[in-house]
Amino acid sequence: MSAGNTAIPAGPRPDRTSAARWGLYAFLAISALFFLTPLYVMIVTSLKSMDEIRAGYILQFPAEFTVAAWTKAWNSACTGLNCNGIKVGFFNSVRILVPSVIVSIAVGSLTGYALSLWRVRGADVIFGALMVVAFIPYQVFIYPLVRIFSMAGINQTLFGIVVIHTIFGLPTMTLLFRNYFASLPPDLFKAARVDGAGFFQIFWSIMLPMAVPMIVVAMILQVTGIWNDFILGLVFAGRENLPMTVQLNNIVNSTQGERAYNVDMAATMLTALVPLAVYFGSGRWFVRGIAAGAVKG
Amino acid sequence: MFARFGRFRSRTAAWVALLPALAIILVAHAGSTGWTIWMSFTSSRMLPNSNFVGLRQYVTLFNNDRWLVSIHNLAIFGTLMVVGALAVGLLLAIAIDQRVRAENVLRSVFLYPFSMSFVVTGLAWQWMLNPTHGIQKLVRGWGFADFQFDWIVRQDTVIFTLVIAGVWHAAGLVMAIMLAGLRGIDDEIWKAARVDGIPTWRTYASIVIPMLGASFATAGILLSASVVRLYDLAVAMTNGGPGLASEVPAKFVMDHLFERGNLGLATAAATSMLITVVSIAAPLFYARARARAQETRR
Repeated sequence: MSAGNTAIPAGPRPDRTSAARWGLYAFLAISALFFLTPLYVMIVTSLKSMDEIRAGYILQFPAEFTVAAWTKAWNSACTGLNCNGIKVGFFNSVRILVPSVIVSIAVGSLTGYALSLWRVRGADVIFGALMVVAFIPYQVFIYPLVRIFSMAGINQTLFGIVVIHTIFGLPTMTLLFRNYFASLPPDLFKAARVDGAGFFQIFWSIMLPMAVPMIVVAMILQVTGIWNDFILGLVFAGRENLPMTVQLNNIVNSTQGERAYNVDMAATMLTALVPLAVYFGSGRWFVRGIAAGAVKG
Repeated sequence: MFARFGRFRSRTAAWVALLPALAIILVAHAGSTGWTIWMSFTSSRMLPNSNFVGLRQYVTLFNNDRWLVSIHNLAIFGTLMVVGALAVGLLLAIAIDQRVRAENVLRSVFLYPFSMSFVVTGLAWQWMLNPTHGIQKLVRGWGFADFQFDWIVRQDTVIFTLVIAGVWHAAGLVMAIMLAGLRGIDDEIWKAARVDGIPTWRTYASIVIPMLGASFATAGILLSASVVRLYDLAVAMTNGGPGLASEVPAKFVMDHLFERGNLGLATAAATSMLITVVSIAAPLFYARARARAQETRR
């Protein structure tokens, strides 16, 4: 080791007594098994035939691989009398996701910018109100919103569910961008003001380009959050736009007769794929997103 | 002259930019909350009415068996889930903090459940815990013919299956928060403890863990928020059953709003949830603010 390598990681010096070390790794290995088993079981179940599922055990590796359950889940699994597969829910979720992510980030970043860099009167009150809202259960808001949306004629429409995701994404999105803009060097903002740049000009040509890392974090949070949403989609999206999570629950839990566990698990895996891809694709960014969202208040 | 006009224009622009947020806060957030609270004092059934009945809906609510079961279930679930997730998450964070190999892999493995929805989580565990095909059959197949693990179909144990799924989903989040807290602790403290010959476990128990107050409060706030919101997991995994054994308050509200057409009772339940959240969140926020203030003083 070079003498210059003096960076010391946090935590205690590793205890070299091997028994303790073994115990530590045993604990970590058992924990890892606990966390991985459900994913493993879902995957192997989805690749078995029903005969094999009935005869065998959940941990067994498929004796004969078949992707029949996956094609059935995607193309022809039934919710009630509709047997068009979970692909319907997938595309509904995509149609909800894309505009909701864009609009909620646009409104949140603009609000965070106005609340952080512009000394608007009442900014603290607005921000405080949003932080309180972040913790209130949806059940408090849902019924009045249904009525308001009905009066506006947007209840159970794609537009309505996008508005809903914007409404409930606003606290976290505002927090994220407000904290980020407030942490930027104030001289940057002052210089732009002295040069005569206006509110939207500074936002569009200086602040947004600087906030690209935060936009990525916000996208990770919103894509996983909106994709995983169940209750808002159930109430506000309408029959034609039910998101994948709602359809998945209908497919699995309202089956008449014997349940096709392999198809159920394939449909479950398909629904989990998008957030899993975001999670494993984004690595540390996901943790950063949680950390940024976690500092609520 | 122009500069002043520009400043005025920008001030106005800032307010214009805040209009969507203001509209959302006033109408969607504050307005809906007020309307819900108001409806809880009326005799509204299928449709809202303005027939003021005082606290009658609350009296009915707290004599309603299903509501009482729901809050009892939520208390059990909440206590066990929060304590369990905090304990597992803290242990994992401490274990990972021992400069172990493959730290990144382990972190990913512990955190990935948190990226998935409660519906997926509930369905995965519903299948694992299925008495006919799941873990019970597996262990019996290993030769333990009398092994019983049918918790998900028994009224007295079903709530614990929700706890298992909840801890599995959230422990990684606690780990990530705790690990950040542990990494933020000054190395001088470890050096001093080592010089004094204090054993590692003792240093953790008496010095390091008490210093993680802010991390505990953050994790506690996030976990409690998800506890009160518990809905998707219960719907997907057990749908409130068997019987009423895994009913939860959020589901009570939803069913009475949209299926049973009893708005007065549903909004009284929603308002009770709101009061609970405020009374839990306020002390936690206070504790965290204090822990943070202490950290800055140090």
